[in-house]
Amino acid sequence: MRKYSVFALAREAMRAHKGWDQQWSSPEPKPEYDVIIVGAGGHGLATAYYLAKEHGITNVAVLEKGWLGGGNTGRNTTIIRSNYLYDESAGIYEHAVKLWEGLSQDLNYNVMYSARGVMMLAHNIHDVQVFKRHIHANRLNGIDNEWLTPEQVKEFCPPINLSADARYPIIGAALQRRGGTARHDAVAWGYARAAADRGVHIIQNCEVTGIRRAPNGAVVGVDTNRGPINAKKVGVVAAGHTSVIMNMAGVRMPLESYPLQALVSEPVKPLIPCVIMSNTVHAYISQSDKGEMVIGAGTDQYTSYSQTGGLHIINHTLDAICEMFPVLTRLKMLRSWGGIVDVTPDRSPILAKTPVSGLYVNCGWGTGGFKATPGSGNVFAHTIARDEPHRINAPFTIERFTTGRLIDEAAAAAVAH
Amino acid sequence: MLLIKCPYCEEERPELEFRNAGEAHLVRANPIIEQSDDDFAGFLYFRQNPKGLQFERWRHIHGCGRFFNAVRDSVSDKFLTVYKAGEPRPDVSTLLSPAAAEPAEPPVTKRPRAKKVEVSQ
Amino acid sequence: MSASIHSGSNRIPGAGRLTPAKTVRFTFDGQSLTGLEGDTLASALLANGIHLVGRSFKYHRPRGILSAGSEEPNALVDIERDKSRKQPNVRATVQEIYDGLRVKSQNRWPSLTFDVGALGDVFSPMLPAGFYYKTFMWPKFAWKSIYEPRIRAAAGLGVTPGEPDTDRYSNRFAHCDVLVVGAGAAGLTAALSAASTGANVIICDEQAEPGGALRYESDVIIDGVPGFEWAVAAIAKLCAMDNVTVLTRTTAFGYYAQNFVGLVERISDHLSNPASDMPRERLWQIRAKKVVLATGAIERQMVFANNDRPGVMLASAARIFLNQYGVAIGRKVGVYTSNDSAYAAAIDLKRAGIDVPVIVDTRDNPTPAVVDAARSLDIEVLTGHAVFSAGGKRRVSSMSIQPTRGGSERKVAVDALIMSGGWTPSVHLFSQSRGKVAWDAANERFLPGTYAQDCVSIGACNGTDGLQATLDEAFGAGGGKGKTVVATGGTDWIGGMIGSAPGAGANTTVKAFVDFQNDVTAKDVRLAVREGMHSIEHVKRFTTNGMATDQGKTSNLHGLAIAAEALNRPIPAVGLTTFRAPFTPVTFGAIVNHARHDLFDPTRRTPMHGWHQTQGAAFEDVGQWKRAWYYPQAGEDMHTAVNRECVAVRNQAGIFDASTLGKIEVVGPDSAKFLELLYTNPWEKLGIGRLRYGIMLREDGFIYDDGVVGRLAEDRFHVTTTTGGAPRVMHHMEDYLQTEFPHLDVWLTSTTEQWAVIAVQGPRAREIIAPLVEGIDMSNEAMPHMSVREGTICGVPTRLFRMSFTGETGYEINVPSDYGRAVWEAVYERGKPLGLTPYGTEAMHILRAEKGYIIVGQDTDGTVTPQDAGLTWAIGKNKTDYVGIRGLLRRDLVANGRKQLVGLKTVDPTTVLEEGAQIVANPNQPVPMTMIGHVTSSYWSENCGRSIALALVIDGSKRLGETLYVPMPNGVIEVEVTGTVFFDEKGERLNG
Repeated sequence: MRKYSVFALAREAMRAHKGWDQQWSSPEPKPEYDVIIVGAGGHGLATAYYLAKEHGITNVAVLEKGWLGGGNTGRNTTIIRSNYLYDESAGIYEHAVKLWEGLSQDLNYNVMYSARGVMMLAHNIHDVQVFKRHIHANRLNGIDNEWLTPEQVKEFCPPINLSADARYPIIGAALQRRGGTARHDAVAWGYARAAADRGVHIIQNCEVTGIRRAPNGAVVGVDTNRGPINAKKVGVVAAGHTSVIMNMAGVRMPLESYPLQALVSEPVKPLIPCVIMSNTVHAYISQSDKGEMVIGAGTDQYTSYSQTGGLHIINHTLDAICEMFPVLTRLKMLRSWGGIVDVTPDRSPILAKTPVSGLYVNCGWGTGGFKATPGSGNVFAHTIARDEPHRINAPFTIERFTTGRLIDEAAAAAVAH
Repeated sequence: MLLIKCPYCEEERPELEFRNAGEAHLVRANPIIEQSDDDFAGFLYFRQNPKGLQFERWRHIHGCGRFFNAVRDSVSDKFLTVYKAGEPRPDVSTLLSPAAAEPAEPPVTKRPRAKKVEVSQ
Repeated sequence: MSASIHSGSNRIPGAGRLTPAKTVRFTFDGQSLTGLEGDTLASALLANGIHLVGRSFKYHRPRGILSAGSEEPNALVDIERDKSRKQPNVRATVQEIYDGLRVKSQNRWPSLTFDVGALGDVFSPMLPAGFYYKTFMWPKFAWKSIYEPRIRAAAGLGVTPGEPDTDRYSNRFAHCDVLVVGAGAAGLTAALSAASTGANVIICDEQAEPGGALRYESDVIIDGVPGFEWAVAAIAKLCAMDNVTVLTRTTAFGYYAQNFVGLVERISDHLSNPASDMPRERLWQIRAKKVVLATGAIERQMVFANNDRPGVMLASAARIFLNQYGVAIGRKVGVYTSNDSAYAAAIDLKRAGIDVPVIVDTRDNPTPAVVDAARSLDIEVLTGHAVFSAGGKRRVSSMSIQPTRGGSERKVAVDALIMSGGWTPSVHLFSQSRGKVAWDAANERFLPGTYAQDCVSIGACNGTDGLQATLDEAFGAGGGKGKTVVATGGTDWIGGMIGSAPGAGANTTVKAFVDFQNDVTAKDVRLAVREGMHSIEHVKRFTTNGMATDQGKTSNLHGLAIAAEALNRPIPAVGLTTFRAPFTPVTFGAIVNHARHDLFDPTRRTPMHGWHQTQGAAFEDVGQWKRAWYYPQAGEDMHTAVNRECVAVRNQAGIFDASTLGKIEVVGPDSAKFLELLYTNPWEKLGIGRLRYGIMLREDGFIYDDGVVGRLAEDRFHVTTTTGGAPRVMHHMEDYLQTEFPHLDVWLTSTTEQWAVIAVQGPRAREIIAPLVEGIDMSNEAMPHMSVREGTICGVPTRLFRMSFTGETGYEINVPSDYGRAVWEAVYERGKPLGLTPYGTEAMHILRAEKGYIIVGQDTDGTVTPQDAGLTWAIGKNKTDYVGIRGLLRRDLVANGRKQLVGLKTVDPTTVLEEGAQIVANPNQPVPMTMIGHVTSSYWSENCGRSIALALVIDGSKRLGETLYVPMPNGVIEVEVTGTVFFDEKGERLNG
């Protein structure tokens, strides 16, 4: 792999950039691999990369129905943070943040991890109680998260509306300074390039149509629109479509797929220096390096695979954004889009072995999977390579929905009395 | 915003009047206390989540307040039918008859033109 | 002085449709200029000879005006009425001028003509597409501190207003039989046709004037009159019809499911002094039975070297500027085309007296008729030639021409250059409707293919060529009967080329712009392909082609063609990027419209709210409710006020507004059976006139809500819920009643708003209210704790609950809401001399915590079972079914090691724990620590003379008496695990 650097850029500038290699090749599928990953999103590509890098398993194919990074990796609002309440969640997201911090160098691809701070606004006493609970738990887990007074909120993000006349005035915030954003496409491309460099085959336009199993039930490969491909281990990392793929192996999942919309404004000069989230008024916003306000909120209420949603969802989202930032009403919505998120009953992911031998699943990240990409791929690779979960993902089983051992971050945020 | 027909009001109304209530035809066991762990988990959490025809529940919460069932295509979001709570699951094959599934062609006479290639979006 | 000098030196007398006498003054970067009423900013600037209006995003190259419509990528400016009404990124081609309009250019420093950022152009060899992915990685810290801030500052275009917007926005919902999008020849015909059938029609167009291409097509005759006149008459006719709504300056921006279309109408941005009550924009949300798309086609540029120089413009734009606005875009205008339509522009310009030295046509054999027409006007036509480069920097000065197959170069001096790469049908809305486009290989264009909704495309957006064919098709789409209109003239929308023009092909290094605003050149697209970006979505994201504020209206197809060529694959195999709403950018304010401030979310106030205000109460938000938090008296801080309120309740009595509690009336012969199923508690045997505290679970076994339920009759219960829980509890109950237990004969009615609830709590509670009550024996024997009676208070019917959330003797007086304040005031007047003190939610929280009463959502969090919360007693022992009974039996819910609710006393009684603080057994362990619980409620209790707290702690009930630790940033707090009751442990005061 040709190393990326400013010197390489300068050298290429001399010859009209004719010398750059393909970032990843597009090989024909081989008849057999050691491991097949279904889904070339960030999590799937990261899994392949860490299989190759940390477990020496390079005979790996990543199969992608469309184009790599074209699912939720390329459709999300790129928020990164690890200030989760429960030890289990904090464990995996913090693992991810630590990898984010060195990811550009590790991949030799600038993923633009920007630790500009994620500020979660409190609008009522219940919010304060919930955030303080998070802050104290995070502190004892060694994860940064601090309480800001309204004045400190304003100092950290000057355009915010601190008025007591606001419908839901801001009475404080939890701030994780190491939280921030990254460039979503670069994450997919960086992992793809680095994985391909280690011998991983990334096969796009290859749709899995079936999961093939031996008489004893164990996985022996997959059927695709480009023919059967053998592998004794198959990892399903197909956010949005997990139920569909797992159904091919006869495994029913505790998942529902919802449309999640996001939008960006026209680009403007830097105004909002951090990521702002508010659960109470229900929206989140950051400003991309390009200058666009990147805005998101909740899902539509019904399940759908359509990658579109209703105008009223965007409407409510912008209501909330303009309530927090009244100076933004004259900005314009430039582009809106939708993704499909699969959601578990406790809104925490599943990264686990399945009842089918040789079949592994990584799913259920709901609306927040991007932030976990490196950590998720890293421990999922471990799970596949060793046929047992890493300490960090051990709690994220399917069985928890039978035993009741849920990891329910949303329930812990509860509702107002 | 979807347009949903309430089978009780017999009217199409905007989605804002309705609350989705998840997968339909989940059966609460009786007596539930004797249900096995796996079956109970299946009832509580495990879902079909199909890509395609989906049986789901809605409530006309800001209208008549009634719960009802619907068959919707989860890819196009089109409703094939709605029916009252307690009524049997409709036969999908009749719902998918060509007349029901195909949208009416736009009533425009088109001049013949060069061969078209469908492009997936 | 002639009018033309008044309104710009490039105004051509007699040309255009504006009135020379009606002048308008405006400024551009401080320079005072004059235009005409009806001018767009673009036409007015061009009339004044100004082409340089902005700088590009990445290289800060000087940019002019490319188009005359909403597809404009270059001419973005800032318009400022005042500090709070400043608008960045306005397209000069859309903004109409008004007297006093103040315009500034953007993305340049210190000035438009001298922009330091233009150094980016010098270093552009170092800055190809995606360069930032390959560098800025060393040293690691520098990304955050150095590189990223600089990239951010250089990017972005305009500047966000500094002050909140003072403009208003409005909102309309509408239904119609036929929505027609676009009021060109096709749209007008369809609307007239539909309206003639009596259908309800809405027709919209993004321009101020109808006509579409008829505004500039000078040779069109429809029904015997010139095209534009016909359009004006058609609009007038439509406006006069009762069944038609005409919306100009209105863009259909989004096409959603089931023919739901979002439109935005621009109402006052073109007015000099809009009335203060006039909305700036209006959002229309229209549900149409049928949608007719008559959105036309958009002209593409030619992709050649330096095609971005100011003065290089689309041919159709030059024609609009001339025929509509009477503006010559230059004195010597070159033409570069690959299809017939630009010839008409050349001819119009020439006829207006403008020098058109040459038409350069890439085709070897253009349609002879158009070539002959041009040559007959002494315009030189070079077929089989291409413009290899435009000269000049801040304004085009020349065009370099070569034969397409190579040969000697010829340079022609020009001061403007018009171009036409052909026409791209506007299938944006069709595609948004989830229709599938199809590739028309013969004409290299995407057209509507398979429809997904009741929608039809007509005219240029449907690939229908020829005006008469368009009108026939439009008439049919409208469903009218009889004879269609007859037309001659007009341009065909076919031909042209996509991809790079000769001289900008593979292996060239020139800057031939595909996406102007984002500075994406043909070679950038090729670089993307070279680097492995083989899907058009990858190409788009890697180069940012089509992602600027124009969303690729002129660039997408070119980018696709260049990528396909580089990949050596057919265009449809490379794919088309998805069209997404909005068609053009939509103001947030228009979408938000009224939903701001108080209207952002409804505010719920109790009937006694006004009284609390007169007492100077502080309020807290609880869900949508405003609740009185505490009542500070003069000189009191919150702490002092709350202590006073708490003590008063225990020593005399307090009065509390509990109206926000949810209330549900459960009526019917099976009511008790129903409650048996919905709550953990037994209900069948609850006596009439008795109350019981109920726990409601979800099917998963976790606590969902709680509240006191009273039995008023054999078949009637008064159920209360938590304040926040009322709607979801009602929904939950209805769900089970309608779908799981439909055999039960029960009716549910939400009565939250019907009852005002006045809680009077304290040792003197009975003494205070008894004299006001009639028809109820309030003696301790006749009306014990946890009972309910009906009677009157102050002459008003009441349901009087004897119950307590404070541990004191207490009553909750339910009266019809309309009487709430009057009864409250009467009770207060009566009780004031006896020490009755109003107390708010803060004191209520403390008083209940002193008694260990939980608050669902604070001491529970959706993962807590009744057993965890110490409420096992509230589960009916002999019940075989209730919602949650099976969930509670799950392995993890009955396992050891669950968190259980306990009390905590700090060893130092003056230390008040922080709610949410975490609890550990060993404070000396290293981070990450093993946390065994957290504080759910914590207060200073003036009545106990110490701090008190409730906490959820692993195996808490086995730890009574244990010492645990709460590590805080400034030290560890030692606590003792206790029971949850801190005051009057025996509960004697309840029965006083």
